[in-house]
Amino acid sequence: MSNNIDFSERPWLDPEAEPFIRIQGLTKNFGAFTAVDSVDLDIYKGELFSLLGGSGCGKTTLLRMLAGFETPSAGRVFIDGTDMTDVPPYERPVNMMFQSYALFPHMNVEANVAYGLKRDGVAKGEIKRRVHDMLEMVELGIFSKRKPHQLSGGQRQRVALARSLVKKPKVLLLDEPLGALDKRLREQTQFELMNIQDELGVTFVVVTHDQEEAMTLSTRIAVMDEGQFVQIGTPTEIYEYPDNRFVANFIGSANMFEGRVQKRVDKNLVVNVPALKGELIVEYSAEIADGSKVWLAIRPEKMSISTTLTDTNSVNVLSGIVHDIGYLGSMSTYRIELEDKKIIDITYPNQHRPRDGKHLAEWDDKVYLKFDPSNVVLLTR
Amino acid sequence: MLCFGFTFLYVPMVLLIVYSFNYSKIVPVWGGWSTRWYTVLFESEEVWAAITLSLKIALMNATFATMLGALAGLALVRFKSFRGRTLFGGMISAPLVMPEVITGLSLLLLFITLGQLIGWPTNRGITTITIAHITFSMAYVAVIIQSRLTGLDQSLEEAAEDLGAKPFRVLIDITLPLLAPGLLAGWLLAFTLSIDDLVIASFVSGPGANTLPMLIYSRVRLGLRPDINAMATIIIIVVAIGVCLAGWLMMRQERQRQRDMQLASGDNIKQD
Repeated sequence: MSNNIDFSERPWLDPEAEPFIRIQGLTKNFGAFTAVDSVDLDIYKGELFSLLGGSGCGKTTLLRMLAGFETPSAGRVFIDGTDMTDVPPYERPVNMMFQSYALFPHMNVEANVAYGLKRDGVAKGEIKRRVHDMLEMVELGIFSKRKPHQLSGGQRQRVALARSLVKKPKVLLLDEPLGALDKRLREQTQFELMNIQDELGVTFVVVTHDQEEAMTLSTRIAVMDEGQFVQIGTPTEIYEYPDNRFVANFIGSANMFEGRVQKRVDKNLVVNVPALKGELIVEYSAEIADGSKVWLAIRPEKMSISTTLTDTNSVNVLSGIVHDIGYLGSMSTYRIELEDKKIIDITYPNQHRPRDGKHLAEWDDKVYLKFDPSNVVLLTR
Repeated sequence: MLCFGFTFLYVPMVLLIVYSFNYSKIVPVWGGWSTRWYTVLFESEEVWAAITLSLKIALMNATFATMLGALAGLALVRFKSFRGRTLFGGMISAPLVMPEVITGLSLLLLFITLGQLIGWPTNRGITTITIAHITFSMAYVAVIIQSRLTGLDQSLEEAAEDLGAKPFRVLIDITLPLLAPGLLAGWLLAFTLSIDDLVIASFVSGPGANTLPMLIYSRVRLGLRPDINAMATIIIIVVAIGVCLAGWLMMRQERQRQRDMQLASGDNIKQD
């Protein structure tokens, strides 16, 4: 390696790294409907890669093609350098954890976990040892003789995980792994999953519709819409530097303003926003022609709110009336009606306890919102 | 209204049972308590032959119909799009709506034609009745298996395949065990249909091969007979025991299920 960047945590930046899973022009048609539309993707060893999108965006179909349950209409799938496109599911070095867990109801926990090893013809003693170790790892050792219906949701999820990991697959596919768990169990399981992934070094591909889940779990996220990737990147890239309006709106929430580039001032652009009857200043270094149509996205937490205007010379100040307040304890979300009726959302931490029974701002207060030019995302599509 | 319905349902049965213990040879005339008709019944070789024949046919029918019906059901549900699937699905359920007389008549014609063309079957009896019964019971089994399979989560089979089981192995390890209740229900239904059937059996049977319903029918054609009352009583008792047993088994299963659910939620609470 010629430079000093450490690629071990970010192999996708290394031009010399060999992808572990390589997807080329993969397409799946169901009749006239195209579920997955000619996608290309490289996933590297040890990654925890998430496919994120709404229902019907093709993420599950893509995962099922990796597992071998769907035959692609076109394109190829390579895993660890081998073409897997026409290999049946039972011969792929890939295991899947199903959304419904798909535990065999007529077998106990032990038999469920041992099933894959038995099919591989592993020796009895070794099966016993590996199943035991795996159940200890997911802390289900004492439940080994129970049937799936005698377990709670969280326990079933861990049996499913143990069963899909016991064969030491090269790739583990997870279909909405935390979807069926309640909030507290989800958070706990999220970190367990990350630890296990770290410990075993297995490459995880996760399908999820839950952006929070994708953000906390993943090394990288591919956002999907209508069978195609709209952006691939790390959680930070996806959230802070969205590529387009779809991603900006899908991941988190964003206040969106439409406008036209007026002129460039050093590293900033002046953008004329008709809805505000004024200008916003945006930090933007790439080339862009004056007069281009652009969209400005501002995250609710990237703004500050106050009832008084201290510095009248500062840029990017909006004023409005508090329309609604959502008190969340650690912070509050405010819905502000701007002068021309446009509504924008802002979240602001509650750094102080209420004074004289009043929060920072109350209903119908006139407030000023301020944000730095570097916190505005400029989108061209 | 309900009482009225129950009256017509159960009073005849009670009467039947009471009259089976009647000493008198003429059914409606009461001649005192006796079990002589039960003795007469069990001493009759004709009756024993009919019972044996009916049971043999019913067992064979239930077994073969379950196998064929299960295969048909599997093909219809698991293989989503093969050529002529709709036609096959329609044809498999046709026997359900076909009048028995027509099924019996057409099968008789088939057996006669076959006998002339290839010399088989040479005479009609146990074989022809069994074949006839399989043809229509198979349709009932296919319907049961179809509904059971539709309710079965397909990801279970996919999970097995994902873990390295070839398709046939998946069938043996996962699909069939999960279908077991459906298979059992199908088997029992096919058994009952066969034991019950009079019309089709009458058509395709030959000389000397009388099933139990055929025997009963031929005897009561000549008037009510006390020994037939005795036989009907035995049948009622056997059926009643069977129904009670099934109910008890189901109740036990339900209790077990509730205990399991409590067990699972109990662990949940401990965990929190």
